[in-house]
Amino acid sequence: MENPILKVSNLTVAFGKEIVIDNLDFEIQKGDVLAVIGPNGAGKTTLFKALLGMIPYRGTVAWAAGVRIGYVPQRMEIETDVPLTVYEFLALRQSAGFSREKAEEAVASVLLPKEILNSGLGSVSVGQRQRILIAWALLGKPSVLLFDEPTADIDIRGQESIYQLLHHLQDKYNFTVILISHDLNIVYKYAEQVLCLNRQKICFGPPAEVLSPEQMQHLYGGEHAFYHHLGQHGHQH
Amino acid sequence: MITGQLIVGVSIAVAASLLGVFAILKRMSLVGDALSHVALPGIALALFFKINPFVGALAILLLAVIGIWFLEYRSQLSVDTIVGVFFTASLALGALFIPEFELLEALFGDISQVSNFDVILSVIFSLFLIIVLIAVHKKLALHMVSQEMAYSAGVRPKTLEFIYLMLFALGVALGIRFVGALLMGALIIIPAAAAKNVAKSLQGFMVLSSLFGAVSAVSGIYLAQIFHSAPGPIFILAGSVIFIISLGWRILVKR
Repeated sequence: MENPILKVSNLTVAFGKEIVIDNLDFEIQKGDVLAVIGPNGAGKTTLFKALLGMIPYRGTVAWAAGVRIGYVPQRMEIETDVPLTVYEFLALRQSAGFSREKAEEAVASVLLPKEILNSGLGSVSVGQRQRILIAWALLGKPSVLLFDEPTADIDIRGQESIYQLLHHLQDKYNFTVILISHDLNIVYKYAEQVLCLNRQKICFGPPAEVLSPEQMQHLYGGEHAFYHHLGQHGHQH
Repeated sequence: MITGQLIVGVSIAVAASLLGVFAILKRMSLVGDALSHVALPGIALALFFKINPFVGALAILLLAVIGIWFLEYRSQLSVDTIVGVFFTASLALGALFIPEFELLEALFGDISQVSNFDVILSVIFSLFLIIVLIAVHKKLALHMVSQEMAYSAGVRPKTLEFIYLMLFALGVALGIRFVGALLMGALIIIPAAAAKNVAKSLQGFMVLSSLFGAVSAVSGIYLAQIFHSAPGPIFILAGSVIFIISLGWRILVKR
């Protein structure tokens, strides 16, 4: 087996006395899609911050040499009238050789019209903004994309097409994806590996193997919505 | 010497208005207010030791800013809280120790008696502030719209916030002379708040804010000459008029 692009060992994150991530181990191979699932407050976004090196942690987060990380946050706390155009926002990335053409290419690659470059970042729809965030990350030519799925803002069809887009981009640019998802259907469809996180590692492996009803019970503490999803999934295939 | 006043007023106003753009993006509009209060004990000390009040204000502001920066990372409190709690006390302290006849000037400012030295000092420091701010403005703006994205693009927040707070301290120390401690927050915020109502892009935001600051400074100084009053308060009123016009623009045109 080749060297993993990311190897996490004994990762523990604590805010004061509260342990948010407890002794987590996992690894991911180049080109894979790893989905991180778990209930609210399970430490998913905290895990991303630790992977980015933004917060202090114990244990090791070992990225392969020369890895460039692109990060797509769940949302941005900006006002709708923030005076910042989409073009300017992309320029803030200060990526090497940035130009109007590069910006047009970037929005075209996430299937947005180039006219959107002149719109205000705060005035575009939530779905469009998420595509812009992906374009922003692509400008850094990432070898790994960290994608934090928005919880409630986007309708299901919009979310499905975001994943189709990600899938397409992954084929094109061949990056590794780590995504936080709240939708098990998405996990089944797009992820090679799934990490169930609820402070500790509850399960890890290919979704079809590790996402048993017992594991879901353990992970979510008997949240019925997920059985429903699983049932649907069973009928479809 | 009105030319001197105009040079001092305009350069300080442009520097402060640019700072305001980022204060508004970061939603820390009141930091300028509270920081200006910190300057008062510095002015008091400077008067006591008979040194330039700008130097006294700047020294104590830089100390305060280092304190804020340190506390923010140590205590996880927001900048607004730290500034609000610790530094309004400085106003009280300053008010107690500044001699009464100097107090009005420290609180409301006065540039009717600028020396050549003041002109050179203001221009050099304002230019320095403007150049550094423009050099880091992309990183600052990114940090302010999303810290995580900024971090993933290699922006290190500690250094950046330190630079920003230092520039803020410098801006406040410069502006105290012009509008005084009570109105300093307004010098930073009003032109930027008006510009935000009109601008659609960051570039427009920065250009308009500087322009509104400069126009307010010029009208403040001329009108003060005519009415024989201090230019600081008139500057703020001129800025407020621009703000009200921009609000009309926002309601009628921008939406």
